[in-house]
Amino acid sequence: MSKDLSMREAIADLVPDGASVALGLQMEQMIPFAAGHEIIRQKRRGLTLIGPISDILFDQIIQAGCVERVIAAWVGNVMMGSAYNFRRAVEKDGLKVTNLTNFSVALALQAAAMGVPFLPTRTALGSDIARDNPFFVEFASPFSGERLHAVKALVPDVAIAHVQRADRDGNAHCWGNFGVMIEAVRAAKRVIVVAEEIVEAEVIASDPNRTVIPGFLVSAVVECPMGAHPSPVQGYYKRDDAFFRQYHEQTKSKQDSDAWRQRWVQGVNGRDDYVNQLGACRVADLAVKQHAYAAATEFGY
Amino acid sequence: MDGLCASRRDLNNLMSATVPISSPATVSYTLSELMVAAAAREIRDGELVFVGMRLPLIAFVVAKKTHAPHAIGLFENGVIRSTPAAELIYTMADPPNILGATQCLDMLGVMSLLQSGRVHLGFLGAAEVDRFGNLNSTEVRGTKGLVRLPGSGGACDIASLAQRFVVLLEHSRERLPERVGYITSPGNGEGTGWRQRAGLPRGGPSAVITTKAVLRFGETGEAYLASVHPGIEVDEVLAATGWKLNSGENIGVTPEPTAEELQAIREYDKDGFWTS
Repeated sequence: MSKDLSMREAIADLVPDGASVALGLQMEQMIPFAAGHEIIRQKRRGLTLIGPISDILFDQIIQAGCVERVIAAWVGNVMMGSAYNFRRAVEKDGLKVTNLTNFSVALALQAAAMGVPFLPTRTALGSDIARDNPFFVEFASPFSGERLHAVKALVPDVAIAHVQRADRDGNAHCWGNFGVMIEAVRAAKRVIVVAEEIVEAEVIASDPNRTVIPGFLVSAVVECPMGAHPSPVQGYYKRDDAFFRQYHEQTKSKQDSDAWRQRWVQGVNGRDDYVNQLGACRVADLAVKQHAYAAATEFGY
Repeated sequence: MDGLCASRRDLNNLMSATVPISSPATVSYTLSELMVAAAAREIRDGELVFVGMRLPLIAFVVAKKTHAPHAIGLFENGVIRSTPAAELIYTMADPPNILGATQCLDMLGVMSLLQSGRVHLGFLGAAEVDRFGNLNSTEVRGTKGLVRLPGSGGACDIASLAQRFVVLLEHSRERLPERVGYITSPGNGEGTGWRQRAGLPRGGPSAVITTKAVLRFGETGEAYLASVHPGIEVDEVLAATGWKLNSGENIGVTPEPTAEELQAIREYDKDGFWTS
C-alpha cells in the first residue's frame, strides 16, 4: 500500500477521535502546522496532545475544541509569552494538563522507544511537577540507593514530524535541531512524515547519516511545501516572526480567535490555499537569501 | 494578578518605562541593558551555559564578546554553540542559531550533559521567585482564581541539574512572594540541606537579577540583597519584596554596563526588541 498520501487522507486515516498525538517535536523549528490545521478542519475531538515546548500550534488545536488533555512541558507563544486560548481552556473550561519538563518528555518517549516501562532520572526531584503526577515515581537506585525519579514510558498513538525531504517509503532526511523527534518516532504506534519535498530514494540513500526517520516506521508520507509555516525549516524558509506577533495580537479574545481560525484554517482549502493567502511577497521574503551548503561527504570506499 | 502572566514583551515595555537612566559619566542605558550586563558577568570564561532565550541569550553574546570568549552555549532543542548566532534570534530554533553551530542534535544529548554535571550555569525566567529561590512558572491561584502560565519547559531540568542557576525577573511583591504556590523549578526548597534531602545532585540558585536589584544566597539557602541598581534605594527594594529580605551593611550598587558591553548588546539587538 502506498504511503504517499494527501494531508487530508493522512489525517483521516491515522488521527482518529481520542488519539494521542505527538507533534511540535523539534521544538520551535519544523512545527507541523499544516497537519495541525487539517486536524482542526476534520473536527477531531478528544485528542491528547503530546510535546515538549509547544509553540502556538497547540493553542490553535485547543481553541478549535479538538483537545481533551495536554501532556507537555510548556504551552504558549515562545516569542511573545502566553498563549491565550490555552490559558482560557485551562482557567475556564477545565482542559486537563499533565505537566512535564522538557527532559522528562524526552525520557518518557525514549523509554517507550526502548521498550522499557520507565527511565531513571534526577530531574524534578523536590518539584511540584512530580507531585501527584502519573509520570513520576520516586524510587531508590537498586545499585546505590540514591533517590531517583522513574519517568513512565509514553506511547503516542501517532507522531507527526515535519522534515525537509523524504522518499515515498518515508525514509526521511532532516537537519537542524531534532528536539525529541527521533525518540517520538520510535515510540509512537504510527508516524506521519510531512516533507517539504518528496525525492527519489537514491537521494535519501546517498546520506544515511542524515536519515533520522527510517521508512519502515512510517505509515504516511505527505508532501507539503511551506507546511511548517510560520515556524522555520532550515534551508527552505525562515521563521515568520511577524506572524507569531500578529497571532498574539489577534487571539486575545475567544471571538478574535474564532475569526483567526476562520481566516487561516477553516476558511482555506488546504495548504496551497493558505500559501496563496499569505501572498507571494511574504513567501518570497521568507525564502533563503544566502545559501550555506554543508561540505560534500564522501561515502565511497 | 494579570501582571504575572504578562508576556515578556509587556515586561520589557514596563522596564523601558523607567529609562533612560543617566549616569554621571553620561552613559545612557536601559534597565534591560543593565540586567543583561549583570547576567553576562555571571558567566565565567570557559563555562558550559544553558543559555535560554530573551535577555539571557543576549547576556551570552555579551559575555562571549567581552570577558568569557571561551564560554559554550547549550540550548535544550539540541543546539550547542561556541559562537553566538550571527543575528538576533527570537527562539532557539531560528535558522541563524543552527548555521555554524558546534553541534546540532537532540534534546536527550544536551540534557545528558546537564544531568551528568557538566553544565556550569543555567539562566531562567519565572513568574515568581521566593525567599529560597524556588521558581514558579506553572500556575498562580489568587483572589481572581487560577492563572495558568506556560509551564516548565526545560526550567525545572536546569534548576534541578545545573551546577548553579541565575534568575531574571521583574521586581515586585507579586513576583517575589515569601513562598511560591507551586514549585516548578526547585531552588533551595526550605533552606540548607533541602536539595540533598530531595535527592538533587548539586546546584541551586546563585543569583536573582531583578529590575531593581541583585539577590544572592547565603549559607542558610535564603536570599539576601547583594546590590541595588543605580538610582534605586534599598528601602524601595525591601518594600517591593514579599518577605523580610535580609540586607546587611555591605549592600553594593550593581555595576553599570560598560561601553564595551553596551556596544555588544546594541550590535546584537539592533532594534531593541529585547533590550529597549
